[in-house]
Amino acid sequence: MSGLRLVDIVVAYNGAPVVDGISVQVPSTSWVSLIGPNGAGKTTLLRAIAGLVPFEGVIEIGQQPIAAMSRRRLSQVVAFLPQRPILPEGASVFNYVAIGRTPYIPYWGTETTEDRAVVEEVLHRLDLAEIADRQIASLSGGEAQRAVLARALAQQSDILLLDEPTAALDVGHQQQVLELIDELRLEQGLTIISALHDLTLAGQYADHLVLLDNGEVVSEGEPSAVLTEETIKRYYHASVRVVSQPDAGLSVIPIRPDRTVRGAGI
Amino acid sequence: MDLQPVTTRERHTAKVGVRLSIIVLLSVMISVLLGILVGAVGLSAGSVFAELANKVPGITVDSGLSTRDSAILWELRMPRVVLAGLVGGMLAMAGAAFQGVFRNPLADPYLLGVAAGAGLGATLAIAYLPDQTQWPVSPLPLAAFAGAVLGVVVTYVLGRSGARQFAASTLILAGVAVAAFLTATQTFIQQQNSDTFREVYSWILGALGTVGWGEVVLILPYVILSGGTLLLYRRLLDVMGVGDEEADSVGISSAGVRLAVVAAATLGTAAAVAVSGLIGFVGIIVPHAIRLVIGSSYRLILPVSLGFGAAFLIIADLIARSVLAPAEIPIGVVTAFFGAPFFLLVLSRSRRFS
Repeated sequence: MSGLRLVDIVVAYNGAPVVDGISVQVPSTSWVSLIGPNGAGKTTLLRAIAGLVPFEGVIEIGQQPIAAMSRRRLSQVVAFLPQRPILPEGASVFNYVAIGRTPYIPYWGTETTEDRAVVEEVLHRLDLAEIADRQIASLSGGEAQRAVLARALAQQSDILLLDEPTAALDVGHQQQVLELIDELRLEQGLTIISALHDLTLAGQYADHLVLLDNGEVVSEGEPSAVLTEETIKRYYHASVRVVSQPDAGLSVIPIRPDRTVRGAGI
Repeated sequence: MDLQPVTTRERHTAKVGVRLSIIVLLSVMISVLLGILVGAVGLSAGSVFAELANKVPGITVDSGLSTRDSAILWELRMPRVVLAGLVGGMLAMAGAAFQGVFRNPLADPYLLGVAAGAGLGATLAIAYLPDQTQWPVSPLPLAAFAGAVLGVVVTYVLGRSGARQFAASTLILAGVAVAAFLTATQTFIQQQNSDTFREVYSWILGALGTVGWGEVVLILPYVILSGGTLLLYRRLLDVMGVGDEEADSVGISSAGVRLAVVAAATLGTAAAVAVSGLIGFVGIIVPHAIRLVIGSSYRLILPVSLGFGAAFLIIADLIARSVLAPAEIPIGVVTAFFGAPFFLLVLSRSRRFS
């Protein structure tokens, strides 16, 4: 199984470090979520793990440094879902999901029956079989997100990198997608690294949170250890109340500061 | 695992493929026949079929064509039809490939400076190599070809120094700048040599007027090489549809695919431009019309573009030489004049039924 080890990762754009010496351990089959304010370096760190940006330091997957892997080999063990995936106009859901088979298809080759079977299986698992022939661009937000997830699953990689997988979804679909990801993780032994803005969801689904600020790890641990009112105030400059309920886990509730003063002006 | 849906889908895909192949082959055959039958000298269909059958080994039929008519068929019409087919197929396929690799519906094979470079090369040849008949090989196509390739190479080298190496938008912008510069140079040279204005102008509008088998032999290897390479990339062009970053994340190099596709498409386009001038619109209209009808997968778009592009240009050339016969309309005028309304028709119909 593939755990991940990041040692002293530095990623710089035009000389300015965006990720500045991050070391993180991600045990196999766990769900680690990166949190932190905009510009903290969450997306860049995910892109480094996916091999999409040059970095300094060492990223190891199951003892093997990814710098020594070919792009093709890396894409067999790591699948990356960007925050705003491009849904090609006119492509059917089936053909879109089949793109996930690319790491296994010879460079100039086409899918084998086996590849198609994997795609069908994934479509089936994510309840997309019925709409497999529809155009990907015509899907609703929730369906599209499942199709994107299906494309990543078709890669059959052990590690899934999810950049804001719930960004464009309503609260119901957010929950459905994250539940689905968690089911898949347990079912298929996946290791998940996500970047999440919604701290409540991050705390409810991840085993381990890593709080980034200015490209550095400023806090990490179990959700209850990281999601404190003081920490959130300090790094997000937000007033929140953290509520812990026995049946619902942690909830981070934004509190509108100084409400009476604003209201008085109207 | 339930394998039933796999076989059903595969069977359906195969059926669509067979049906499409038949339609494409039929339209190419019909356009070729029309192209060789219609012209100033009437050739009867029966005689033409007999002449064609004569070429099949082991068959000898008396076609009844006079030596002169036979020469018109084999030395004038046939090479012209074949050349129109090769140029049309090449431009349509290259256009489709450019649209895919740049994810830009407005991309055409002339996007990265092919047209401007070829135009400059041709203008230089026409202006400064006056007695071209004295040359062992006509220098005009060579100059156009060299200009076209040079235009794209300069675009690529400049685009490479951009912030994100080989990013699609950087390349397109570099292409715009290079094309503007080359066109300005070409216009200046043309102004300085105003006696050649007419010749340059007619070259720019495209013509298949003076062709024989020589031109066919000249571009055939490029069309085979370029078309063959583009067909190899048909699935990767579909992968490019998800964007550079995601394409990279499934294990291919989007910059590498783009370079290979641009190189192949440029070579074929430059060869086509060298023998026929700048025939516009084919590279945009044909692939888009196909896309509107059969969808967005390049596995189908590329081969179908080759066939329909060929048929389209053969018919366009037929119109160009028959409407005002014996005078000829520039073929670029025909492709736009008839192509644009046809395209708008397809566009409006596909909207209604989608």
